[in-house]
Amino acid sequence: MQRSLHIDPGKCTGCLQCEMACSFENEGAFNPSKSRIKVFTFHDEGRFVPYTCTQCSEAWCLEACPTDAIVINMATGAKEVKDDLCVGCKVCTIACPFGTINYSQDTGKVIKCDLCGGDPACATACPTQAITYIDADATGLDRMRDWAGKTDNAASA
Amino acid sequence: MAWTKKFLRVNLTDGTVASEDLNMDWADQYIGQRGLATRYLVDEIDPKCDPLGPDNKLIMTTGPLTGTMASTGGRYSVVTKSPLTGCVACSNSGGFIGAEMKMAGWDMIIFEGKSPNPVYLHIENDNAQLLSAEQLWGKSAWDTDKIIHATHNDPQTRIACVGRSAEQGCMYAAVINDLHRAAGRSGVGTVMASKNLKAVAIRGTKGVAGIKDPARFMTAVNEAKQVLADNEVTGVGLPTFGTQVLMNVINEVGAMPTRNMREVQFEGAHKISAEAMAEPREADGKPNLTTNAGCFGCTIACGRISTIAPGHFSIENKPQYMANSGGLEYEAAWALGSDTGVDDLDALTYANFVCNEDGMDPISFGATVAAAMEMFEAGVIDTSNTDGLEFKFGSAEALCKAAEMVATGDGFGKDLGLGSKRLCEKYGRPELSMTVKGQEFPAYDPRGIQGMGLTYATSNRGACHLRSYTVASEILGVPVKTDPLSTEGKADLVKAFQDATAAVDSTGLCVFTTFAWTLENFAPQLDAACDGEWTPEKLAEAGERIWNMERDFNNRAGMTAADDTLPERFFKEEANSGPAQGKTSGLKEMLPEYYQVRGWNADGSPTDETRSRLSLP
Repeated sequence: MQRSLHIDPGKCTGCLQCEMACSFENEGAFNPSKSRIKVFTFHDEGRFVPYTCTQCSEAWCLEACPTDAIVINMATGAKEVKDDLCVGCKVCTIACPFGTINYSQDTGKVIKCDLCGGDPACATACPTQAITYIDADATGLDRMRDWAGKTDNAASA
Repeated sequence: MAWTKKFLRVNLTDGTVASEDLNMDWADQYIGQRGLATRYLVDEIDPKCDPLGPDNKLIMTTGPLTGTMASTGGRYSVVTKSPLTGCVACSNSGGFIGAEMKMAGWDMIIFEGKSPNPVYLHIENDNAQLLSAEQLWGKSAWDTDKIIHATHNDPQTRIACVGRSAEQGCMYAAVINDLHRAAGRSGVGTVMASKNLKAVAIRGTKGVAGIKDPARFMTAVNEAKQVLADNEVTGVGLPTFGTQVLMNVINEVGAMPTRNMREVQFEGAHKISAEAMAEPREADGKPNLTTNAGCFGCTIACGRISTIAPGHFSIENKPQYMANSGGLEYEAAWALGSDTGVDDLDALTYANFVCNEDGMDPISFGATVAAAMEMFEAGVIDTSNTDGLEFKFGSAEALCKAAEMVATGDGFGKDLGLGSKRLCEKYGRPELSMTVKGQEFPAYDPRGIQGMGLTYATSNRGACHLRSYTVASEILGVPVKTDPLSTEGKADLVKAFQDATAAVDSTGLCVFTTFAWTLENFAPQLDAACDGEWTPEKLAEAGERIWNMERDFNNRAGMTAADDTLPERFFKEEANSGPAQGKTSGLKEMLPEYYQVRGWNADGSPTDETRSRLSLP
């Protein structure tokens, strides 16, 4: 069964534990500027929104890559960058409509979320369950349950 | 390593910026942040120097765990000699700039001298330069933040700056970072402005690497995070209600200072409490509180994000206050509310916004307004002094106008910017100032919580709750319950809290973790991250060393045992209601015992034996 990162911005406090966990897992340093997941603060609205790659089924980054450096991990469904094939042309960063694949000045390659091979560090680190890693076919389950809870059994009795 | 082992020295007189190596022997003895920066201050300035002159220095400093994944690892401090108290000042703030400083590769920044013209320091990793702040002078902290972000075209830059109050010489001006976090107390912002330094803007992309034992560190961090999550205060109370969880509790135990501390319970507390902030209001059906917010790395997230009710008199035709911003924490709600007798939640939120916008410490501001109100009611001052304002207890209008006037230094705002002590002295009623060593009291009455009397009297930065929060023990039962109305054992309790807090303030983590953590929870995180061996015992000893070093600085600055006292009111006027009714402060019973457990002489100076045991400088 494949899983998806599921993000509930309403639970996010903007603490950046996810960004640190991501950079530590992937770069070996606590460094939000190298995180593949970013938390955006909408100050005036009082909202915090974590945002990262949704692992498109038809991934535009993958389609656009001229060196076939982006491949599908069949176990997790993640679109992963193969560093030995990536030439840093950045075409994928133009192709992605969401901006979630980005160039790294340090390596000359692109970086994106790879779901940490099936155990995403951001979800583990999140203290409020704003980021969870759940059944890819049931990302709507929470919202369905919320609405289900609003039904009035007495009315149909 | 956790420290970057490098700091910046900025000479504002000469306009030079240089990198220096951190003294790692001192880091081993004083940890970082509060302890380490104070060690540098003690070494580099004359304790008798003019706090607002070029000989004072201002140090912005992180701890070894700042910028790591340890929960609450976003703290930084501003250390200097305070203009408000003449004592050492160390004001601690969260938000994001501390971690950013570390990510840029710097443990600390020492500012010295005075710039001939307004400047700000811009740091992008290794590159640090002073830039002209002519266009920023005269701007609020909020506008300064906006302009610097636009100038550098980088939304990820983190900014700490002073508002207009500091430029105008307000004695309790704060350094505001990330729009509404503050190194709030003791006038550290006043010192910053006195150096013609408007802001520090940092962008760091180097990250924090070189953790001594990464696997062990992550285990320690995750265990400690779980302890916070499982604790009633840090896991439920603070995220849900913020520090405002205390408003009703402290009012019930009769330790809620009210109307310049004449009374100990506020009849309007329920209107300005955490519960009130969550209640949908009439104006738009929304509550005052929009959401809670975390500082960098914080898994508690006690921060409040609030709005003011549409149509409230305070924000008429003022669009900049109609969005969300930093809401009321307990200390602000108390000082702006209970202490001034104002129970209008929106007026308090507005005054709090203005304090953030122009960088005033809301505790000192509210307490100074309260002192002015008492003088107004006593006929010491009248409308000819207050620009026509009826400065009466309970007046939301007077409170809001006062905030605006202190922010810009206009009219009576200049007087109010003096702080309570200098204001009351100016009008010949020094006994009406509720201060210790010139700093205004926080939100716990020392008649109802006896340990806090000793805390205020002996605090190294003047009256302060964050130097030894014995409320935890006396009211909340953390780590053990003691009787708030008794003086027994309080000398030992205060010393233990002071030492532990001095250590915690030096790590880069937040003192609010100590509702759940003891030094036993800090030590494994430090030990896994940092050079050297870090045990709870070593941390406690470092804390005691830091406390004595600060004390020694204050003594050399001219403080004596006679300054370890409280305003007469707490000895002469009994608490007039609640569980503490009839009580006065038992400070005089506790103080000699405190000197004894501290290893100090009767004049409040550390004995030679204490000095050598702690290897004091």
